[in-house]
Amino acid sequence: MTVQTAMQSEGAGRNPARGFKPRAGSDRLYNLALRTVAVLFAAIVAAFVWSVLHQSLPAWGKYGFGFLFGTNWAPSEDVFGAAPLLLATLITTGVALLFAVPIGIGTALVLTFVLPRKISTPLRSIVELLAAVPSVVYGLWGLSIVVPWMSHTVQPWLASFTDSKGVFSGNQLGLGLATASIVLSIMVLPTIVAVSRDVLANVPNDQIEGALSLGATRGQVMTKVVLPAAKFGNLGAISLGTGRALGETVAVAMVIGQSPAMPGSLFSLGSTLASTIAGQYIDSQPMHLAALGACAVILMVLTAGVNFLARLLVRRTAGK
Amino acid sequence: MTVFDTQLPPDPMLERRRLVQEASAKKLRGRKIRSSVFMSSLSGALVVSVIPLGFIIAALISKGASVISGTFLTATPIQPNLLDQDNIGGIGNAITGSLLVDGVAALIAVPLGVLIGLYLSESDSRPSAILRAVAEIMTGLPSILFGVFSYIYIVTAMKGYSALAASIALSMLMTPVITKAAETALRDVPVTLKEAGLALGARQSKVTLKVILPYAFPGVFTGVLLALARAIGETAPLLFVIGASIIYDWNPSHPNTAMPLMIFNYAGSFYESQQAAAWGVALTLVTIVFALNMIARLVAARMRREQR
Repeated sequence: MTVQTAMQSEGAGRNPARGFKPRAGSDRLYNLALRTVAVLFAAIVAAFVWSVLHQSLPAWGKYGFGFLFGTNWAPSEDVFGAAPLLLATLITTGVALLFAVPIGIGTALVLTFVLPRKISTPLRSIVELLAAVPSVVYGLWGLSIVVPWMSHTVQPWLASFTDSKGVFSGNQLGLGLATASIVLSIMVLPTIVAVSRDVLANVPNDQIEGALSLGATRGQVMTKVVLPAAKFGNLGAISLGTGRALGETVAVAMVIGQSPAMPGSLFSLGSTLASTIAGQYIDSQPMHLAALGACAVILMVLTAGVNFLARLLVRRTAGK
Repeated sequence: MTVFDTQLPPDPMLERRRLVQEASAKKLRGRKIRSSVFMSSLSGALVVSVIPLGFIIAALISKGASVISGTFLTATPIQPNLLDQDNIGGIGNAITGSLLVDGVAALIAVPLGVLIGLYLSESDSRPSAILRAVAEIMTGLPSILFGVFSYIYIVTAMKGYSALAASIALSMLMTPVITKAAETALRDVPVTLKEAGLALGARQSKVTLKVILPYAFPGVFTGVLLALARAIGETAPLLFVIGASIIYDWNPSHPNTAMPLMIFNYAGSFYESQQAAAWGVALTLVTIVFALNMIARLVAARMRREQR
């Protein structure tokens, strides 16, 4: 009886659940705030895509898809065709990858499988620091060191291999597609190395040991086991590098010569999509601005596509 | 006496083994040579990929160090003329311009990035998966597109170039980087900690503020530093939104200048003194970027050690 009263009185006096009522109201506010920020971000991205699309509409209206194939980019005559820019972008990216892919994946293989950790860890940091160097510094280096070197040494040498219409013909100013490609290849290298290294580190060790135990040499392990196992991840690394090369602006603008004409050889001056936007955006006439906006749309579609692909490929290896 | 013919026909198994061993011994040499050629070409690749950094650092130091002085870092620029080609002043206003532009960009991008990261770390719904993909793809977009974005909205609305327009372009670049780092760091917070907080009766918002964010702070901080290091070196998004300035100016609505922009303008200059100055600015900028990266690395390494 007394016990019961005590319990009752205690329960009536201090309800242990009081004060611990789930305050749904405040949690709802918290969730609402987070959701609002997410919606805000989505709205900003949508506004970003819309603004670029909207600006380009007059150019698409005037030229349609022919804009992609028009070979004449002449702001003074108010005629705009993106083919020279698109071609310069694809050529510089392609040549840059030609160098950067084997060197990058080779470096990643050495860092992952050959060198002892004590040496490979600092080397990895060095390669990653290369990625942190601002692109304008690569441009400065390209302009004041690579350009004279190309002009005095490399271009005369390469020109001796071809006739007056070959890939290595044309001016020997040092500026141009070839120089831009070299600078680009150095710039995308760290991206490829870093991603490829992460992918290679995930190749299952038992596969490697299995191959070794069957008598495979180290070279055979690399080419027949490691590289096939890391195929998709490495393709993802290459795609990320491609995205960076396609969109690189300032460094390319400084060494490519900024001349939007159809490229005739690797030594031609040129202008990529991004470098043209950088060079001509200020004080443009309406149609010129629309054409530059259309270039921005092409650039956005290309880089977003390549990055999306990279994401799928890297995830595919990581998921396994 | 019968004579046994001891000359038995050869054991086919042994014979076969001998043949295989012979063939593989002959092949082994080839395989070993091919392997060592391949492996040494790999080392060649490593050397080739490290050389450019050596070249760039050497050029930065040999060409940049002699330019840098107290005056160079604090004075404002002077346009050289034919009579006085070497008098170019300094880069003080570009340093403060970079500080202003990147500081304001961080003020926008850090809260936005951390909150989106928080949202993504707590939700696995379809919209959040899409948002995550969008943020990741945005980190790969060319930065000049954000300059176009800022030009269309901010420069047009403000009827002129401004440091704020540059900050907004850069914040578009920083936000997805911070989001990614924040989400990763926040997802790494042990569920037990979070549940302990909730079990004590704390509200979700309180648990986030007092438990989750402090625990994830080093990871978020690393992400912010890396985003800043990237933003401070960016030129392309500033090109047509920031305008130009040759004085110290802390007003975000005025035109301004920044270190990378100064390198870009000086590199192609007609005057040798300005070309030399470009290397001085570049050395200053790279030092700042590397310092930010180093601090980020140290914080990350320390965090890993503590959590182990």
